Parts: sequence; C-alpha cells; structure tokens
Amino acid sequence: MANKESLGNTIKVALLLCIVCSVFVSAAAVLLRPLQQANKDLDRKTNILAAAGLLKPGVSIDEQFASITAKAVDLDTGKFTDAVDVVVYDQRKASKDATLSDELSDDIDIAKISRRIKYGMVYLVEGEQGIEKVILPIKGSGLWSTLYGFLALDADLNTVAGIGFYEHAETPGLGGEVDNPLWKAKWVGKQVYSDDTGVALGVIKGQVDIGRPASIHQIDGLSGASLTSKGVHNLIQFWLGENGYESFLANLKNGEA
Amino acid sequence: MTESTKDILFKPVIENNPIALQILGICSALAVTSQMSVAFVMCIALTVVTAFSNFFVSLVRDQIPSSIRIIVQMTIIASLVIVVDQILKAVAYDISKQLSVFVGLIITNCIVMGRAEAYAMKNPPMASFLDGIGNGLGYSAILMSLAVVRELFGSGKLFGFEVLPVASTGGWYIPNGLLLLPPSAFFLIGAFIWVLRTFKKDQVEEEEFKMAPNTQAAEAV
Repeated sequence: MANKESLGNTIKVALLLCIVCSVFVSAAAVLLRPLQQANKDLDRKTNILAAAGLLKPGVSIDEQFASITAKAVDLDTGKFTDAVDVVVYDQRKASKDATLSDELSDDIDIAKISRRIKYGMVYLVEGEQGIEKVILPIKGSGLWSTLYGFLALDADLNTVAGIGFYEHAETPGLGGEVDNPLWKAKWVGKQVYSDDTGVALGVIKGQVDIGRPASIHQIDGLSGASLTSKGVHNLIQFWLGENGYESFLANLKNGEA
Repeated sequence: MTESTKDILFKPVIENNPIALQILGICSALAVTSQMSVAFVMCIALTVVTAFSNFFVSLVRDQIPSSIRIIVQMTIIASLVIVVDQILKAVAYDISKQLSVFVGLIITNCIVMGRAEAYAMKNPPMASFLDGIGNGLGYSAILMSLAVVRELFGSGKLFGFEVLPVASTGGWYIPNGLLLLPPSAFFLIGAFIWVLRTFKKDQVEEEEFKMAPNTQAAEAV
C-alpha cells in the first residue's frame, strides 16, 4: 500500500468514506420514512382529538378519528373548497407559501402571525344528528414562541367544547400553564360571540367575576404570564374573527357552507 | 494498553467522568434534563453514538491520513447521529419531538469527538467500543441524576408518574419552577462536582496562580 499520508491516498480515503456514509444514511432515511410519516399523522390526529376533548386512552387513534371529517375552507368566502387536497394539504407550510397565503398588515395582524392562509382546515365531528363538534386550528404569538393548537366548538357553533396547544415554547410554570388541564377546563362552556361586540371570547387579566354577565365569554388570565395570556386572547380574537373562521361558522350555521 | 475491561467501562463513570471532571457536554446536560424520559433517551442516543463512532474510527484508524483525520471522524459521527435521529423519529416520535435539535447536536458534543480523537485513534476497535460505552455511561449518570432532581422538585413527577401531587392540580406540593429552566442544571452540576471533589481530592485542579494578599489598610476597607 502506498504511503497513507500521500495525496492520492488522502483523496481515496475521503471518497470511500463519503460513499459508505452516504449509502448508510440514505438507506436509513428511505427505509424509515413510512414509519415516520405514520407517526406524524398519528400525532396530528391525537392533537385534534385532545383539543376536542374526545381523546380516550386505550382506544386506537385511527378508530377514534373515524368519526371526524377533514375539510378545507376558503377563509374569504367562508365556504368549503376543493382547491386543496385535504390529505396532503399542510396548513403550517401553506402559511409560508406566497401562493397560498397573503401578507397581513400590522393593524389586523393581532395574533402576530405575519401571513394569513387562504384555505384553512376544519375538522367536523359527525354523529347521528349531524355535526356534533367543529375543530378549528389556531395559532399565534405568545411571549417567546408561536403557539399552535386547536379549538373545538359545540354543535351550536358558539359554545367552546375544548382547547389545546400542541406546540409552544412558553416559560415552564408560567406561560407554559396553557397546558394545565385545570385552566383548559375553564374554557369549556364559554360563549364565543355576543350580540353586540362580535368575538367576545377572550382571556382577561386576573380572575373572572362570575356575577357579571360578561363572564360567560371570559377566561381567567394566567398569573405571572400576562404576555402569554394576551397572546392567547389575541389569537382567539383573530381566528374566530372576520379574518379567521367567522364567516365560515356563520355559513355553516345557516347551512350555506 | 493494560487496562482491564472493567476499568475501561466504569472508570469514566466516577473517576474520569466526562462532565464532572473533563467538563464536556454541558450544553445538552442543561437542555434535556427537565424530564427523566427525555434525558433517558438522550443518554441512550449519546452512548450508542459514542460507542459506534469510537468503534468505526478505531477500525479505520490505520488508514486515516492525519491531514484529514478530524473531518473523517466528523463524517463518521455525523452519519451515526443522522441515523439515530431517523430511528428516533420512526420509533419514539413524541420523545424525538421534545429532544428536537439536541439529537442533531450530538454531532458537536465534545464527548463524542473527544473520545474519538483521544482514545479511538490509538486503541483497537473492541476497547474503543467499550470506552465509548463507558463514557456514555458517565454522561448518563450525571444526566439522570440531574433529571431526577429537576423532574421531582420541578414538576413533582418521576418518569412522568406523579410522585408529589402538585398544588395546581389539587395536591399539596408547590413545584419549584426554577428547576424546569436550564440555569438550574448549572447549579446542580456545580453542586455535583463539589460533592465529587470533596470525596475524591485528586480531582481538584491545582491553582493556576496565587491570589495576592489584600494590601489595603484595614480602615479603608
């Protein structure tokens, strides 16, 4: 064998190593892709079920998800659309795609998400009497991070059935309390819209005074996490408001969606 | 090399611990120790990567030209880390989501690189493999002890099971939120090193310089 420090040998070793390593890495990536994709789907479905308060431990996720229909909605017209394929459509990717989203001007971008998607997903939970629950994806900025989650509404399309965030990086113990089951339980049964002000649902500072009529729309703020609470308030206002799903919910109620 | 198998495997746990004595791999020790299950998976990932990178580097050590040896080691380590990351995504998706970039950052973990350069380049494959496992165990020992303290007192749980019922869900224990934040791991690692060096005096480093005595007049202080 030639001297191992020679130029020829150096190139030979480098080349061989690259080939062996690249074959090794690509084989692993290709062989494991189907499993990874299945995990991703399962994760998304679990999040949706958890937000809707439908998640039952012990029953397979796919079975539980069978009663749910995914549909895409054109947020401008508020009607169902076939413009995107719901099986492959990725709402989070779409919000970075210029052909599938528009830039938001500062005055309407209350959730600080900078771009608004044209088509939003909705998940309909259907039972014997038609639609039982509607699950909407929500997102917005908290203190440090963007919170991603789902909000579920009951059949009257006005009562909250559940809320859950599946991804955020807020301060553990403070803003991170958005994951606290006790706090999430406070949302259930609250009303989204009031007759005079539109989207009334929101997080207030401090504790809700149950005696006041407005308390039906209000959630306790998280102590020590004013900015996360504000962020959650804003994202609720945005996604249920005129730039979000408001027109769709109105259409669905009138049977025009 | 006359070291016995047992020495290679267990010396790095207490006597020559990569984190406590060599102060390597601190970054991931801060980031992934707030939950035991996450820390545990990280430990396995790092141990596997260190062991196999040592093994492969040692296997080809006689062929590696010294001018490109670091990049050869990096390539081997990087390939192994990518494979481990892909496997985690396929079989332990939830935990791989929580570990996020830290699996990828094993590539830059000084323990892996340090062992490849310091040990695997000079020793036969089997010994190198064991050395990798030993150092992985040393890393794991610290990570798991940090994680026990942080998860137990930070969220009242161990491996996700409730041990101390937390006040916010109706129990009596008020968790220490600081322990869930990365800086707390600094204090704990510091305390760990302190305890270790109290019992093993030979690990105490010699002072590099002497402090000059205070020459200010007593009244002026």
